Amino acid sequence: MLSRVADSVFWMNRQIERAENVARAIETTLGLELDGTIETGRLWNALVCAFGDQSDFWDRHGLADQARVFDFLAFDPANPNSIYCCLQAARENARTVRDMISSPMWEEINKCYLAVRGASAARADFADPREFIDEIQRASQLITGATDGTMSHGEAWHFARMGRLVERADKTSRFLDVEHFFGGEEGAGRDPVRWSSVLESASALEMYRKQYGAVSRQDTVRFLVLDRAFPRAMHFCLVKAEESLLAITGGTKGTHSTPAERQLGRLRATLDYADIDEILGDSQAGAPRGLHGWIDAFQARLNAANDAIHTTFFALRPVGTVAEAG
Amino acid sequence: MDLRSYVTDGFWDELFDESLQPRPGAEQLVRRLAAFSHGELAARQRAADKSLLTMGITFNVYGHEAGTEKIWPFDIVPRVIDAAEWTTIERGLKQRIHALNLFIDDVYNRRRIVKDGVVPDWLVDSGKCFRGPCAGLTPPRGVWCHITGTDLVRGGDGCMYVLEDNLRTPSGVSYVLENREVMKRTFPQLFQGLRVSPVENYPEKLLAMLEYVAPPHARDPTVVVLTPGIYNSAYFEHSFLARQMGVELVQGSDLVVVDRKVFMRTTRGLERVDVIYRRIDDDFLDPQVFRADSVVGVPGLMDAYRAGNVALVNAPGTGIADDKAVYAYVPQIIRYYLGEDAILPNVPTFVCGEPDQCQHVLTNIDKLVVKPANESGGYGIVLGPRATRQQLDDCRDRIKANPRNFVAQPMLALSRVPTVVGDSLEGRHVDLRPFILYGEEIFVLPGGLTRVALVKGSLVVNSSQGGGSKDTWVVHRPTGDSPAPSSPSS
Repeated sequence: MLSRVADSVFWMNRQIERAENVARAIETTLGLELDGTIETGRLWNALVCAFGDQSDFWDRHGLADQARVFDFLAFDPANPNSIYCCLQAARENARTVRDMISSPMWEEINKCYLAVRGASAARADFADPREFIDEIQRASQLITGATDGTMSHGEAWHFARMGRLVERADKTSRFLDVEHFFGGEEGAGRDPVRWSSVLESASALEMYRKQYGAVSRQDTVRFLVLDRAFPRAMHFCLVKAEESLLAITGGTKGTHSTPAERQLGRLRATLDYADIDEILGDSQAGAPRGLHGWIDAFQARLNAANDAIHTTFFALRPVGTVAEAG
Repeated sequence: MDLRSYVTDGFWDELFDESLQPRPGAEQLVRRLAAFSHGELAARQRAADKSLLTMGITFNVYGHEAGTEKIWPFDIVPRVIDAAEWTTIERGLKQRIHALNLFIDDVYNRRRIVKDGVVPDWLVDSGKCFRGPCAGLTPPRGVWCHITGTDLVRGGDGCMYVLEDNLRTPSGVSYVLENREVMKRTFPQLFQGLRVSPVENYPEKLLAMLEYVAPPHARDPTVVVLTPGIYNSAYFEHSFLARQMGVELVQGSDLVVVDRKVFMRTTRGLERVDVIYRRIDDDFLDPQVFRADSVVGVPGLMDAYRAGNVALVNAPGTGIADDKAVYAYVPQIIRYYLGEDAILPNVPTFVCGEPDQCQHVLTNIDKLVVKPANESGGYGIVLGPRATRQQLDDCRDRIKANPRNFVAQPMLALSRVPTVVGDSLEGRHVDLRPFILYGEEIFVLPGGLTRVALVKGSLVVNSSQGGGSKDTWVVHRPTGDSPAPSSPSS
């Protein structure tokens, strides 16, 4: 398929997945706010930090509160990670690859965008964010369903899935960095309420309970990083993303012929053999500086894998460096 | 619904005659509309609008904010053409395209028609769309104008006239197909018991034509659609056609020319391309040959084309037959090449490049419609009877400055079709754009795109200027003496 089209399909899915994750994180924060155990300004501030947009937010808004953060994350046209911007970009990408995706997919993406655009136009008198948040999540699930159910599971589909999973792995890792967002506050990391909310942000609480019962820091990290069966766990995301990558290149696991296979394969292998103590960094000297350090390193390597995917498939190479396909 | 209050205002109405009786082919449709309950029409129209919005059937308007998409308004009352009349229209279109293709080939090669004095040489050589680099070329299979969207209008005398030959990159066919789809979704019962010619096979016909005109080296040709990108006004159509044909939709940056061959950049390297259905004007196709500032084209494309390594559809240079001054000569062109009279008449046209005709236009400008010879989309047209004195003076100045670039025609009383206004029907002016494919044989898609001027009294049907569209039905009446099939609702 065309490099440009592969690029658009990949990003279209990253953007939709990003919008869904933003929506879910907002929902979780709304829930925490109702609990009233954490001061609300700190709560919303932590949410902005989770998506890495804090400096932009502080420059323009200063104080974090529900109304400001919600508007910033949901509708702000100047925040490239807002739900509005993500879905606008996703729809724009969908339009450029309209000939590659199925009509049900396109119609769901289009409907979702129209809904967000409508909500954004009426944002001044927005009464209940929950309904909107629900709608975004449902739309994302519908798009995912339409993608899996109505599009051939060929090359384009694998690019789509890879985009979605790379984005998801990144977001799950960000949700896990909760202690860092609360400024490394003493004792906060041991608070089960906060870890429950991390699990909720990743839609993982129910599945976690089936496996571990009571919520603890160690098991939450174990579940969201290392689980091989839960679809939002980082390990799961990387295993499946690599499957798609290999389906695209025709390669086999454990060998590599492209930078993308090498980077993604190495990162996946790291999680294959990772140990929870190593991740939490509590036991060994010479280990990275605790959970935050480990997550930081993970995100850097995930970015490197994303860049390698770009170089391998999307970058317009100068003529003469590539052999003609058979 | 009470249709007795409908008025034709002295215009030719496509559904009703002067005594409000349905015209041939429209009987059943009129019966069904009459059986509508109060509010039903408006409700169906709303359902159709919603369908269009969800399906994302849009076009972009230039001059507005970049990427402003609009839903193209669709009116649910179809325009009906009786199959007997359609047969004549179809024959007339085939005749016209056949002759125009011979004309284009001639002016780029032997120029017999110029030497024989049938059309003046200045007309060809000064044509804005005459392409010197195409001289001496014959495209694969000798076809230049593969896809045409001829504009037809019906005058107050009930006669169908050719208004324009759109031979470059005519758009609108996707709306023909989508309009039919929307009609079937929202109005299935209207079709019951009627024989309406299908339009759904257009993409297959298009693909077969594109494969037919592939260069000889390509036994299993790779076809692509070349678009300027998502901000082009017809992007929806480009992606629609690519999707319907199952071929790649490419942009200029996706293509590269190596050793006079065209390739597309894929995730697995370069892949050869044999046929390009290009929706980019000649001017922008290849910055090495035409406009150097083009960023949507492909450097080296014309070189590959001249080497016979790729087919371009329509062929570059076709626009010479799309010139509105050349249009005036089409009846003579048909007679010259085919020895026949034109089946479909032209609208009488004054060519300002001819001094005596130009004088006539300048004197009578307030009664005429003045058109630039090489614009499309309705841009630059001055309607004499509706223009201010200042506008007429400006128009005269423009004609005097460059007479070659203008033609003028009498103001036509375009026919009307009942159109939904609230919950009732009012007449609105329409034109008709049938689509013609020239491959192994000439194929005319039954019906075509009916564009409608939605503003009361307006004659401007262009999508960019307040026009909408309608489904167009070529209806076959029951043959022989058998009575028309009765329907339960009648």
